Amino acid sequence: MRIRVSHQTAYRYDTPASRVIQILRMTPRPHDGQHIVRWRIDVSADCRLTTQEDAFGNITHAFSDDLPTDHLEMLVEGEVDTQDTGGVVRGTIERFPPSLYLRETALTRADPPIRDFARAVADTAADGPLPLLHALVQAVHAEVLFDTDPTHPATTASEAFSLRRGVCQDLSHIFIAAARSLGIPSRYIGGYFWRSDGVTAQDAGHAWVESFVPDLGWVAFDPTHAMCATDAHVRVATGLDYLGAAPVRGTRFGGAGESLAVTVHVEQAAQQVQS
Amino acid sequence: MADCFDEMRGANGEIRPAYAGLDAWLRDLEPDILEQRRQEAELLFRRIGITFAVYGEADSTERLIPFDVIPRILGAAEWDLLRRGLTQRVKAINLYLKDIYGRREILKAGLIPEDLVFQNQVFRPEMNAQKVPHDVYVHIAGIDIVRVDAKTFYVLEDNARTPSGVSYMLENREIMMRLFPDLFSRYRVAPVENYPDELLATLKSVAPDTAAADPTVVLLTPGIYNSAYFEHSFLADKLGIELVEGRDLLVKGGVVYMRTTEGPKRVDVIYRRVDDDFLDPLAFRPDSTLGVPGLMSAYQAGQVTLANAVGTGIADDKAIYSYMPEILRFYLGEEPILQNVPTWRCRDPDDLAYVLDHLPELVVKEVHGSGGYGMLVGPMADKGRIAAFRTRIEADPKNYIAQPTLALSTCPTWVERGVAPRHIDLRPFVLTGRDAVRIVPGGLTRVALQRGSLVVNSSQGGGTKDTWVLDT
Amino acid sequence: MLSRTADNIYWVARYVERADYLARILEVTLRLTALPLAYVGSTNEWESAVATAGCGKAFHARYREASEDSVKEFLAFAPSNPSSIRNCIELARTNARAVRTALTSEMWDVINGAWLELKRFDNAPGSREEFVRFLRWVQETSLRFDGSAYRTMLRSDAYWFFRLGVNIERADNTARILDTKYHLLLPAHTHVGGPLDYYQWAAILRSVSALTSYHWVYRESLKPWLIADLLMLNPKMPRSLASCYDNLVRYCDDIAEAYGRQGPAQRKARGIRTRLSNLKIDEVFQNGLHEFITEFISDNNELGGAISRQYLM
Repeated sequence: MRIRVSHQTAYRYDTPASRVIQILRMTPRPHDGQHIVRWRIDVSADCRLTTQEDAFGNITHAFSDDLPTDHLEMLVEGEVDTQDTGGVVRGTIERFPPSLYLRETALTRADPPIRDFARAVADTAADGPLPLLHALVQAVHAEVLFDTDPTHPATTASEAFSLRRGVCQDLSHIFIAAARSLGIPSRYIGGYFWRSDGVTAQDAGHAWVESFVPDLGWVAFDPTHAMCATDAHVRVATGLDYLGAAPVRGTRFGGAGESLAVTVHVEQAAQQVQS
Repeated sequence: MADCFDEMRGANGEIRPAYAGLDAWLRDLEPDILEQRRQEAELLFRRIGITFAVYGEADSTERLIPFDVIPRILGAAEWDLLRRGLTQRVKAINLYLKDIYGRREILKAGLIPEDLVFQNQVFRPEMNAQKVPHDVYVHIAGIDIVRVDAKTFYVLEDNARTPSGVSYMLENREIMMRLFPDLFSRYRVAPVENYPDELLATLKSVAPDTAAADPTVVLLTPGIYNSAYFEHSFLADKLGIELVEGRDLLVKGGVVYMRTTEGPKRVDVIYRRVDDDFLDPLAFRPDSTLGVPGLMSAYQAGQVTLANAVGTGIADDKAIYSYMPEILRFYLGEEPILQNVPTWRCRDPDDLAYVLDHLPELVVKEVHGSGGYGMLVGPMADKGRIAAFRTRIEADPKNYIAQPTLALSTCPTWVERGVAPRHIDLRPFVLTGRDAVRIVPGGLTRVALQRGSLVVNSSQGGGTKDTWVLDT
Repeated sequence: MLSRTADNIYWVARYVERADYLARILEVTLRLTALPLAYVGSTNEWESAVATAGCGKAFHARYREASEDSVKEFLAFAPSNPSSIRNCIELARTNARAVRTALTSEMWDVINGAWLELKRFDNAPGSREEFVRFLRWVQETSLRFDGSAYRTMLRSDAYWFFRLGVNIERADNTARILDTKYHLLLPAHTHVGGPLDYYQWAAILRSVSALTSYHWVYRESLKPWLIADLLMLNPKMPRSLASCYDNLVRYCDDIAEAYGRQGPAQRKARGIRTRLSNLKIDEVFQNGLHEFITEFISDNNELGGAISRQYLM
């Protein structure tokens, strides 16, 4: 499927900020199920984007703006050709052995309730990691209600789990915490999701999970939609948790009254070439 | 502890050669002189150190670390052994870090279990495949050494992150020279006062290639509320470099600058005394206000040197410690000159069985614990505590290591009732630059002032001594 | 030097100067309230002290009435008043400690010693005698601090930023006295004459330590326009606005010369001084004393802001 993405982020400051510095992880890389047709980033500030690659192989862009400014806009836009690989992700950049993805982070710490939950899923699932992961993605989806209200980007897996509510980020963190507690290496994926119901405007990007299955490799699970990732998923960045894959991490000096508006459009490109 | 090694006296009470002059001097001394000098020393410390004596916001009498007026003396041969051993150890540590964050040969060789590295919080994925200027990771190491007999020095801990205490090494010598000119006339003691120069030379030598011919070095402190702030400002002053806080630095176009009254000035080398977690809110803890946003991206671009490098905790971690002899052999092909304390790893079933059988005589440490928290000192513990610890170890053996209870050497120390032996350790400071390893002769000797106590930590009643290295 | 270091030095100077100023206001108020009402009128001198200190709003948020006890407590000791003498000394020391090595040891000893001694006054002095001794001590601390800076600091940027802090604060303080007391200096009052005004005028002069100077300069009995002239336009009087601006211009220029570059701070300082030196006191009265002072305070704040933006951030 050819997916067209446009992602606009606009900051406004009531009192101008004297300085802004940001690091973006907004540029997808290709893998066997994903070909980048075109992609570009525009930043309203008059500055140089420094391109680097982080420890997980994500492409990062760093920039800083030194002029007092009351607004800052970023536009990311591109087209990606995707294929449904049944969730199996091959051809990605791998800088670490899978066991690294058993690390605990502040956002993905498995507290006793999550451990118990994971244990219970494992006890009823069929043998082997793959059936277990399928059971887990269903269980997280069933247990935790999608709700944009109660959580925020710094909400931990354990907080969201005790609320039994959250957004795709929270569901992914809970899935990761549970899977790691069962000894399954898992990581966070940030990207975009194409909706088949014709709705193209979205409030934010999407997030899901990849878990490592011996002999098969990394397999992508989307607890928000209770399924494996398909050709509707555009994979942009990966990390141990949201912080490692966050589209924007930044700091502002001075200024006050920040407001943020994000608009994401994900649609199928008119001209698609399937082979 | 009757059998422990005494630095001054042999088993039959004979005086070791290095201490002959001190012994004669002590015997010549008027009875009250030592106490008088001790009090003078305290006054001097209060004067010089008034800035850290009055730390606590509310109370103006924060205790000074007690200073003992009797020096600890190392003969030339002893120091030579230590110097060679320290140099060897720190070389290996730097090679190991380069490997761990690079090709990971030691993991491929199966010498260290992968999970001890990758699932360790002090391993920093962000440092993976990151080139650090001139391949030096640990520019300043404070290696804790204890001695158990005439020939055996054990390394107790490799402090490879932001070791502190060097200001005491320097101040102790200054004060000793003021108080006891007569004692110094009986000895030739290697100087330590060149440490700041050596440190500055070390830091300048590791400036990135993009730096100016005379690189700008700064010392990054968490600020005045940090317990080591006195040392930070003391060192910045001695080195003649700016003492900066995170908010004094900014990153622009991948380069680090400090805010000065004349505008931004480029910074090439940061001697940082801020922990990894707080260095850069855009890379590590997002809530850190002590760091510099964007610092890691400048570091990654090779535009600035951080001393020590990020992620060096994976070299001095308790879980890794027991592998140090293998690490030395693997990278240098040499036998370690300084011994490791024998360590049982409870993750290994045979070791676990031994540890559980011998709990009353062992020291058991939590691998990720710190500051003596979660530690069992077998000989000091009652049955209930040992039983409780046994349950904890059995529940999670991987998280524990065990060591024998060491008989630390003793050194004569001035205590209330006169001169008596007290247990000591030693923290020498090892500097590694692009060109050389530099060690100022001596280090910081810490002493447990309570009779029989093995705890030298200043937070638990330990004091310090001047440390002398002789030329014979 | 680091901007933060310069900022700390600048603020050490301002806080010490402010503590000194508050101590003088309190001392003068004590004097006035010791006089029979017939000599000073029935105005509430404590109310006026709070206004002169520039913290009327904060004071009335806590106290209904300005009495000797409440004002003493608030201006001298209250931890809740950011500009109490106690807080000024605390803040001066905090700033000094952050730049310990940029100050001379003599300066550090004075400020740190004062901070340690402040603890003796943890329980606010009960008797007037003790309180006056406290106020004297604050003024002596400020004198010693200023003196040790003068005698021990290298004449380089650190010293210049220090002097900028002293003079910005001093100009502000003098202007505030004029702002609160200007009505006593207005021509309408001259008809009244009599003892009532005399003691108020003397009090104004005392609050800037200029009662003796006045007689040396003018060789006249107290005349309100001469008092105004002395406090505003006479460059010989160290706390006059003119004298403060002579200093501000000089130190701004020293910095500009050392750095090889000048900016808004230099232009602003020169602009204000030019106005002060071209003015005659009659014109000030003609155009409105109050308006003049209000404008000056705002100009002086702007210079503070310009110095901050140019060097201290």
